[in-house]
Amino acid sequence: MNDFFLAVGIGLCLLITLTLYRVILGPTVIDRIMGVNIIGTKTTILLIVIGIIYRRVDMFVDIALAYALLNFITTIAASRYFQRHKNLSPLGFGFRYKKEAGK
Amino acid sequence: MIDMLTIILILTGYFFFFATTIGVLRFPDFYARMHAAGKGDILASLLMLTGLALYNLHHFSVNQLLVSLKIMLIVMFIFLASPTATHAILDAGYESGVHPWTKEKKTEDKRE
Amino acid sequence: MHFIYTFLLMFGFWIILSGKFDLFHLTLGVISSGLVALLSHDLLFKDRTQKNRLVEVSRFVQYIPWIMGEIVKATLHVVYLALHPRMKDLIDPKIIRFRTKLKSKVGRVAFANSITLTPGTITIRIVDDEYHVHALSRKVADGLPGEMEERLHRVFRED
Repeated sequence: MNDFFLAVGIGLCLLITLTLYRVILGPTVIDRIMGVNIIGTKTTILLIVIGIIYRRVDMFVDIALAYALLNFITTIAASRYFQRHKNLSPLGFGFRYKKEAGK
Repeated sequence: MIDMLTIILILTGYFFFFATTIGVLRFPDFYARMHAAGKGDILASLLMLTGLALYNLHHFSVNQLLVSLKIMLIVMFIFLASPTATHAILDAGYESGVHPWTKEKKTEDKRE
Repeated sequence: MHFIYTFLLMFGFWIILSGKFDLFHLTLGVISSGLVALLSHDLLFKDRTQKNRLVEVSRFVQYIPWIMGEIVKATLHVVYLALHPRMKDLIDPKIIRFRTKLKSKVGRVAFANSITLTPGTITIRIVDDEYHVHALSRKVADGLPGEMEERLHRVFRED
């Protein structure tokens, strides 16, 4: 059973690496915030899997709970901050439709 | 018996996570990616965390029961928080003018 | 009444999070959750009308199994779209707007979250009683507001 949880943990790390593509290269800032949110959800589960592997779930579950709360607050704060910034990305296909008047 | 159930639950949840990640990489625009991100995460984390909580009850004691209750608390929190976070990110994108991908728009852009 | 509800909620939280059942820790829990409840009992349950909340809560519990079925359907739909090789032919995204007939604020929030959890649609924002919804295809866009609003209207009706 321990090997199974090890495999699940490694698989979750793999998925986090795949999502990291969207965080690094995502065309707009909003895409990056979304990627960070997804990585946070996966990390919450990964923490509990690590706890089961090391047989200290009672300690790791508190960390996971705190991480879930922090992840939510981070997402809300970052999206509220970038809501007022109109300059998310350069003009190009599919990103900005409110063209600025002076240019 | 509990081991079998745990393995089935975790593998199903892992499959949903995998498909969601592929969706996040493949969908054409931000709004469609948000569909994959917001929905897949909820069911996948519900399945995986339920599986882990069940496995944790293997050697039954009050302490283990409390730990499983805490894991279910995380599930409940994700259920409340994930749609809210999805709304917040979407609202930020809508407000700052991210253009939605549509079939007609794509041909229009080619003409320009 | 609000004070007692908040106190019970906080004390249940304390018991789950602390995990110790001796007299010292239980007394600490009663003191601290009582203090928090005293300070914040008007924050959590904002609405001051003297309605019977328990009826609403029980009707909402009956609504939960249906929404769980919808979540499973929505995830399978997203998985099917994400793994389909010709995905861009299948989707046809569109932003639609419609007005709701739900009156209470809690009802509107529950409706917005339910839209997010059903196949192919997510709520972008609510302006007064107008919903902005992003739909993945024309077919699901035509299905709104539909059956779900009827169900939620039954849950949060005024009687």
